[in-house]
Amino acid sequence: MKVDTNTLKKIAHLARLEFDETSAEKMTQDMTQILDWVEQLNEVDTEGVEPITTMSSEVNVLREDKVGEHLPHESGLKNAPQRDSDYFRVPKVLE
Amino acid sequence: MMLSADIKNKYELVVGLEVHAQLLTKSKMYASDSTEFGNLPNTHISVLTLGHPGTLPKVNKKAVEFAVKMGLACNSEITRRNIFARKNYFYPDLPKGYQITQDKGPICVGGEVPLTLPDGTKKSVTLTRIHMEEDAGKSMHLVGEVDTLVDYNRAGVPLIEIVSEPDIRSSEEAYAFLMEIKKLVRYLDICDGNMEEGSLRCDANISVRLHGAAEYGKKVEVKNMNSFRNVARAIEHEFERQILLIEEGVEIVSETRTFDATTGTTASMRTKEDLNDYRYFPEPDLSPVVVSEEWLESVRKEMPALPRELHAKFVNEYGLPEYDAGVLTDSKEIALYFNELCEATANYKAASNWMMGPVKSYLNELTLHISDFPIQPNRLADLIGIIDDGKINFSVASQKVYPEMLKNGEKSPLEIAQELNLIQDSDEGSLRPIVESVLAENGAKVEEYRSGKKGLMGMFMGQVMKKSQGKADPKVATKILTELLEN
Repeated sequence: MKVDTNTLKKIAHLARLEFDETSAEKMTQDMTQILDWVEQLNEVDTEGVEPITTMSSEVNVLREDKVGEHLPHESGLKNAPQRDSDYFRVPKVLE
Repeated sequence: MMLSADIKNKYELVVGLEVHAQLLTKSKMYASDSTEFGNLPNTHISVLTLGHPGTLPKVNKKAVEFAVKMGLACNSEITRRNIFARKNYFYPDLPKGYQITQDKGPICVGGEVPLTLPDGTKKSVTLTRIHMEEDAGKSMHLVGEVDTLVDYNRAGVPLIEIVSEPDIRSSEEAYAFLMEIKKLVRYLDICDGNMEEGSLRCDANISVRLHGAAEYGKKVEVKNMNSFRNVARAIEHEFERQILLIEEGVEIVSETRTFDATTGTTASMRTKEDLNDYRYFPEPDLSPVVVSEEWLESVRKEMPALPRELHAKFVNEYGLPEYDAGVLTDSKEIALYFNELCEATANYKAASNWMMGPVKSYLNELTLHISDFPIQPNRLADLIGIIDDGKINFSVASQKVYPEMLKNGEKSPLEIAQELNLIQDSDEGSLRPIVESVLAENGAKVEEYRSGKKGLMGMFMGQVMKKSQGKADPKVATKILTELLEN
């Protein structure tokens, strides 16, 4: 599968990443190569095989509905890019 | 351009609803943080809720059971092997960068919600699915501020999303559907059903087409309606807006619009073309949740009586009119109280009248809940019993005995009636002299009656009642009055 510049731009937008326009050519080539490599998996016959969603074979790893310990308010806010007394302060988002 | 009724009638409204219900669990969907509402911002948080690296989610068992309950109540098929999915998007109210939800294989597939419309018409809305997911944090966009403030107390609170098929054809039907969902979640005790406070939220997919058209029109998704009434208003507005555009030859575009409650109109938020690509994929951090036959059975056993089951019982077993059954099953607590009342009395219609009359008006007047009602169902049944036995009449019961019972729920109504000397006199021997004296005092009226003014009977009756201090048994008094007047 060939990755073109439009796909590259879309992926960058979805990941909220910026890239240098001059490296676009190289990046599309790399991505195409990655996809081609992964595409080899399609050669395996998976007819009738259930897809695996986790690496463990466990099921029903459940939690009882009990309240546990909270992260202290101050510690929680420590990683906030900016804070406003009790809140995380982020650049304005409006839909 | 005004929309004439003729043009409007050419079109059919097509609506599907997506309802998010916040589940009444104590802890969050995948973390043990409290779900309690109204606390200091960012206190019900954990490393998981904040999306710190290396943290692992774990599914809340109760949230799964609540979702199953809703599915059973809607006759959905319950998916036995459930996996979760990541819905990827960047938004500050979602610290992980993805919401853990269900994509393929929702826990409840299909189902239906039967409705009774205000005019009595019955209709059933088919459900597409009900799936489990988590809520996002709460953002505050302050006017004039350059930044947004975020509180993550709500992030991760369990939700079920109930998705209907595009079966809804009017704003009344949409309203009735939401009322029914609210009633169901409240009966099941899985969500408090309060749309104004956001524990029930609704988005509407709205399109129009010419009557008889085989294809649906392009649908518009409307968000930000924070009351049942506003959902109905938004649908009405969209119906007309879309018809006007089509009539003008403008093509409807699939887009998301936001409802403005002050103007009652909708405005474009974004078109579907630049919509997020959510890149769903199976959540690798959660093992599958398998609902075994045994587990399903234990949830089934916990299911309360559903409103439609109680409604059917009230109509079929108790012989009540549809209207009574509707009012009495509106809230679970009232319905259960009434049901208990009917186990203690066989006079079901009287029981219904007491509930819809004196009981409701007392609760409304003091804005009380039935759980605060001081009279136990068996005591109210006793009161109905002594009326049926002719010991007191209804007006004495409702005006004298009932108020005393409200003050003292322990006392039996018979005891109260005796203490207040209200027991009705059904003894002909003691009533006859009272009737005779009333007639003697009203000689002129008696003449009028005998010459044809039969309407005076009520006046004589009133006098007898007054003289007997309200205690005369009306049946016996009427009998004596008729006998003396007609001869």
